[in-house]
Order: sequence, then C-alpha cells, then structure tokens
Amino acid sequence: MHAVLRFKPQPYMTANISPTSSNPAMALEARGLCCVRGERQLFAGLSLSLTAGHCLHVRGENGVGKTSLLRILTGLSKPESGEVLWNNEAISVDPLAYHRELLFLGHKDALKEDLTALENLQMYAALDDVALPDEKALAALWRFGLRGRENLPVNYLSAGQKRRVLMARMLTRQARLWILDEPFNALDLQAVQELQDLIGEHLSAGGLVILTSHQVVSISNVQVLEL
Amino acid sequence: MNAMFAIIHRDLLLVMRRKSEVLTAVFFFVVVTSLFPLGIGADPALLKKIAPGVIWVAALLSTLLGLHRMFAADYQDGALEQLALSPQPMVLLVAGKIIAHWIVCGLPLVVLAPIIGIQFDLDMDSLYVLMATLLLGTPVLSLLGSIGAALTLGLRGGSVLMSLLILPLYIPVLIFGAGAVYANSVGLNTSGHFSLLGALLILALAFVPWVSAAAVKIAIE
Repeated sequence: MHAVLRFKPQPYMTANISPTSSNPAMALEARGLCCVRGERQLFAGLSLSLTAGHCLHVRGENGVGKTSLLRILTGLSKPESGEVLWNNEAISVDPLAYHRELLFLGHKDALKEDLTALENLQMYAALDDVALPDEKALAALWRFGLRGRENLPVNYLSAGQKRRVLMARMLTRQARLWILDEPFNALDLQAVQELQDLIGEHLSAGGLVILTSHQVVSISNVQVLEL
Repeated sequence: MNAMFAIIHRDLLLVMRRKSEVLTAVFFFVVVTSLFPLGIGADPALLKKIAPGVIWVAALLSTLLGLHRMFAADYQDGALEQLALSPQPMVLLVAGKIIAHWIVCGLPLVVLAPIIGIQFDLDMDSLYVLMATLLLGTPVLSLLGSIGAALTLGLRGGSVLMSLLILPLYIPVLIFGAGAVYANSVGLNTSGHFSLLGALLILALAFVPWVSAAAVKIAIE
C-alpha cells in the first residue's frame, strides 16, 4: 500500500497520512510544525499522524529538512511553532515516558569505538533501562551476521557491520517507536533485506517506524511523505 | 540511580581501554611538581613555603588538561544524543560523567599528593592537610569544569575559551586549598579554610549538574 502525498510548504496545510486505526492509543501526531534553520524556513504547517503498525517514509532532496523533521519528532530540537504529540499528549509534558518508547538512530552510529559490539549493546541496555541477558544480546548480534565478531572493539568493524550492530540494538531495545535516519546507508543487499524484515516484524508487532531513505523500501504498510 | 552507575562504569571502561589520554594529565601533575624542587634547588625552607601553591596550581592545570574530553567524544560520535534520548534524567547522566571524570583525574592527585609532598619536605601533618584539601577541592574542580566543557561543546578552539571561562571560577578553590596547607604549616587554625572549601563543594554539588545538563542540551539541539 503506497499512499504518496506531496507536501508543499504552505502554511497550515495538513498532510494527513493515517488510515483509520484499530488501536488509537499508540499514535504519534504532529500539528502545524514549522522549522527554521538560520534564515531559511524549511517547512511550515506540517502535520502528520501515524498509528500503530504503520511506517512513514520521509522522502525529499538533500537539505530539504528530513533530518530536522526527525529531530523535532524525537524532541531533540524544538520546532519554531507547532507541537508533537505521543498518545495525545505533548512530548514535552513527560519526555522521559516518551523516550522510554522511542529509539532514534541518527547519522552518527553512537557506538563507542573502544568497546566491543556486545559491550555497546549492554551499555545501551543499561542506560535505556532494558533487561538484556548475555544470551539475548549474543543472539541478536548473531542474527545480523556478527557471529565471531561480538568481542571485537567496534573500530575493527566496517561501516556496514557497525550498522548491523545498530540493527541488533533495534531488536533488543523494546521501543514502540523507531525513528531512523538513513538506516539503509552502508548496508549490503542482504543486510538491506534483513533490515526490511526487521522493520516488518516490528510493524506487525504493533510498532511504529519513521524513516528517511533515498532508496525504494519494500515494506508493507508504508506511507510516503514527500517533503 | 542505576543509570548513573551505568554511565560511570561505561566511562571508566572507556578510560581503561585508552589509558594514555588519562595518564597524560596525571603525568603532567607529577612532572611539574617534581621539576620545581629540581629547578629551585635544595632549600628546604623555601620549598616548604612554595609547596602548597605549586602543588595546587599543578592540580588545577592538570584537571584543566583533561576537561575538554568530558563530553567532546560523546558529542562527536552521537552518544550524547542517545544519552539525551534515554529514559533517564539528563542531570543524573551528567552527574555520572562528572563523577567518572573525578575518579580518573581528581582521585589520583589526592593519592599522589603525599609522595609529591615529600619532595617539598612537608611534614606528616601538612601532608594530611594537603590530602584533605585536595579531597575536598578536586571534586569542585571537576564540577565547575563540566560547565565549561559543556558550554564549549562543538566550538572550534573551544579549549582556550573553556580555560578563560573556568579559571576565574577555580581561583577561590586555589586560594582556600593552598591557604589551608600554608596556614597549617605556620601553626594557624585551618578550620575556616576547610569550612569554605566544604561550602564550595556543597554549592557546586547542588547547582552544577543542572547547569551542565542544560548546557549539554543546548549544545546538541
């Protein structure tokens, strides 16, 4: 199902890309977002809503504001105007509760180069307050082709292998909402397929995914937002 | 609270993997304080008199040497964003990073101080006072330094600006820290110095983590 909506930066235009949902509780909604970088207004009046089990693919040229939009949705940046709501509550009201449900992976992999892949997973599990027994962490790394490399410091891994460690983190994080900035970068064809499978599993388990990518993604339940 | 221990554990583990960076600061402290007696000559009275000042200035500068690393690495590889997005209060995480910094950069100075003090012919009593002032003072240095480290995140030439921002704030710690050792050596009461150092520590503990956490959030926005 591909519903393409072309978003033009007009004030108060609504791009409502959410079909009716059976579970209204798990929902991310943005109302009238406006983003200004320096002198330039990237977008204004951007509204969207996404419900459980759906994926939003944000597309657009370089510099059009995809990453800025994602950062606003995570709460890392504040929009010039407008608000982001999680389960009908503004994310600024209880940011910690929102962060518990959220996994954001940006351009930078945020892996500590001197720690091993396993230690990185365990470290983030401790910080994210997620129980992660060793077997589970190892199983996640093995699933993404890192068997035998789990005890290597991350700076010995290639760019694609680092993204695979992040895929293991996605699997173990237990977050409902994934916000992924260019998740398919540096991945080989097989890993792209594995990541699409992983996202598919997450969606069918009732999760929400927002991602940016220049590639065509073949995941079911995808809506496209053209910035 | 678990998150704070997790971040302390993580930072100490990272330090253990890359020891050279930390040893630089401690090595600097040892070298500077060892060169003074060699340069000035064997005049016990003079050495005794300058010892508190020299040791405290060296402690202060060696703390400054390692400060920029407190948040910079995490800022560059994106880990700071992940910390800000973790379901933990940012204040706790920043406090954890400050504690880890003190364990790595402050605690060794306290432990090394008696050995350094012997080179300056300090007596037992002065050594105890010196250690006690460093024990109270170096956490203040780490705490205040975290504000500078957080405010200068992502700036080019940030470490010069950080020194300019932070050194004036360090001066009271230096005055009361070195002053206590000197007062003790001339037989004066040191309780006033210790009370003021303690007050500085409590004040810094009460306010600095919040200030630094706010500065970090501004930097990653």
